[in-house]
Amino acid sequence: MYVRQLSVTDFRSYDEASLDLEPGVTALVGPNGQGKTNLVEALGYLATLGSHRVALDAPLVRAGAERAVVRSVVVRDGRDTAVEVEISPGRANRAKLGGSPVPRPREILGALRTVLFAPEDLALVKGDPSDRRRFLDELLVARYPRFAGVRSDYDRVLKQRNALLKSAAAARRQGGSALRTLDVWDQHLADAGAALLAGRHDLVEGLRPLLDKAYTAVSRGGGPVGVSYKSSLPDDVAETADRELLAAALAAGLAAVRDQELDRGITLVGPHRDDLVLTLGELPAKGYASHGESWSVALALRLAAYDLLRGDGGEPVLILDDVFAELDDSRRTQLAEVVAPAEQVLVTAAVAADVPEALTGARFDVEGGRVTRVR
Amino acid sequence: MYEGAVQDLIDELGRLPGVGPKSAQRIAFYLLAADPVDVRRLVTALTEVKDKVRFCTVCGNVSEEDMCRVCRDPRRDLSVICVVEEPKDVVAIEKTREFRGRYHVLGGAISPIDGVGPDDLRIRELMARLADGDVTELILATDPNLEGEATATYLARLVKPLGLRVTRLASGLPVGGDLEYADEVTLGRAFEGRRAIDI
Repeated sequence: MYVRQLSVTDFRSYDEASLDLEPGVTALVGPNGQGKTNLVEALGYLATLGSHRVALDAPLVRAGAERAVVRSVVVRDGRDTAVEVEISPGRANRAKLGGSPVPRPREILGALRTVLFAPEDLALVKGDPSDRRRFLDELLVARYPRFAGVRSDYDRVLKQRNALLKSAAAARRQGGSALRTLDVWDQHLADAGAALLAGRHDLVEGLRPLLDKAYTAVSRGGGPVGVSYKSSLPDDVAETADRELLAAALAAGLAAVRDQELDRGITLVGPHRDDLVLTLGELPAKGYASHGESWSVALALRLAAYDLLRGDGGEPVLILDDVFAELDDSRRTQLAEVVAPAEQVLVTAAVAADVPEALTGARFDVEGGRVTRVR
Repeated sequence: MYEGAVQDLIDELGRLPGVGPKSAQRIAFYLLAADPVDVRRLVTALTEVKDKVRFCTVCGNVSEEDMCRVCRDPRRDLSVICVVEEPKDVVAIEKTREFRGRYHVLGGAISPIDGVGPDDLRIRELMARLADGDVTELILATDPNLEGEATATYLARLVKPLGLRVTRLASGLPVGGDLEYADEVTLGRAFEGRRAIDI
């Protein structure tokens, strides 16, 4: 698939901007702070309903405006689909697919698929477990949009259960009744958690062979790269995608830590506490890999995600946001070679020299919020 | 901002559920232009709803007497109770004319975030009704969202020792709808709850 048109209104620094795009490589070039990343961020938002830079929507709306609008025309198998989202912080976002409003914005998920490489990706290796969980869940939703619902169900049960644990801690001291419903929330948390875990386990299984291949392609040896899912559950269910087994294991796990949970007022078992462990050779990548190696692992993760999505049909749009400036020459050349054959690649760079020769194509200059095509 | 009484009316209307500032303004000016008789009728209805309406001592539904119309009706089946969250759910089910038993209105659903636990709902009253032994089936018709499901699970566990038949309303595809327009959660539920066709 490729994006034929992208336009934004009141998004970040832009009051209005529109770009006509083509398959192949397109570079967005301009000095820092001129709005290159804002454009690819807008495209990423259409694909994931979230920004790769900020957790909340408020910074996405131009100062002084009430809402931002991102519109695109996506071409898939020769057919045009208009995808549009209106971002109103503090209120419900609205979305349109093919010109008609959809009841919930998450129904546009899957219409546009992107894989976005950005300097923030280094956090996939060096950052907190939450960064890696987010990577897994976003990829899961991109592959199977129904997981957007699974994920929000789990978040909601978790919130309710944590609220109960907090009030139960107080009630326990006074001998209250709040504890009686905890069993019910345990059951719902185990069911919702099992659905999410089953998806993540299946995903890690799919990523494993692609990750090592991708790492070899961008780094020239130093591997092998391993990936495993680390959960608080016993080993015999650690890799299974059987929801019933997982739900039973989660329920048992919750029962085992209940006293601790009541003391601390938070849920201590479940997919919200898990991590993705990346290894390089024999050692964990986090803490042991050099800066360059960490970059290679992060790139390999994104490339593996790209391969996985491509394997499902519907090749995703590749976005490389400011990554070439971060890489040394050999990694730069290798990454360029790997991504060049993709159906559509969007690259942002501060200076044109940062874009490797293998990625020569259309070029837009971005300066002061104005986008002009120069090639 | 409008002067005095008009602005007061707009502010009061704006506090109603589902009424935004624009709608509040529109209703206020409609009332200003309306026939005084019509407005007086509305005022009477508003006063009476607060003065006359009470809650049924048996099921908790809104009522003008001690017992609501359903609980007073001798033709209703005493062996079945349908548990709902709100009085408006009773109205919705009554419209189907399918259900001949009686109701029990909980007054909400369990939601720790909002500080609503079992003691804040009319669960003790329900248990008292089940204690006299006339009831053989309990239908759990709480909303099919997380809080409604949690409330249903809680009730099912609570009444299990009584040995009643406990059922939950089916969830799945809307009748007359198109399969392709169903969202994935609903469709998934419909698959789980599929049943064999009797021929």
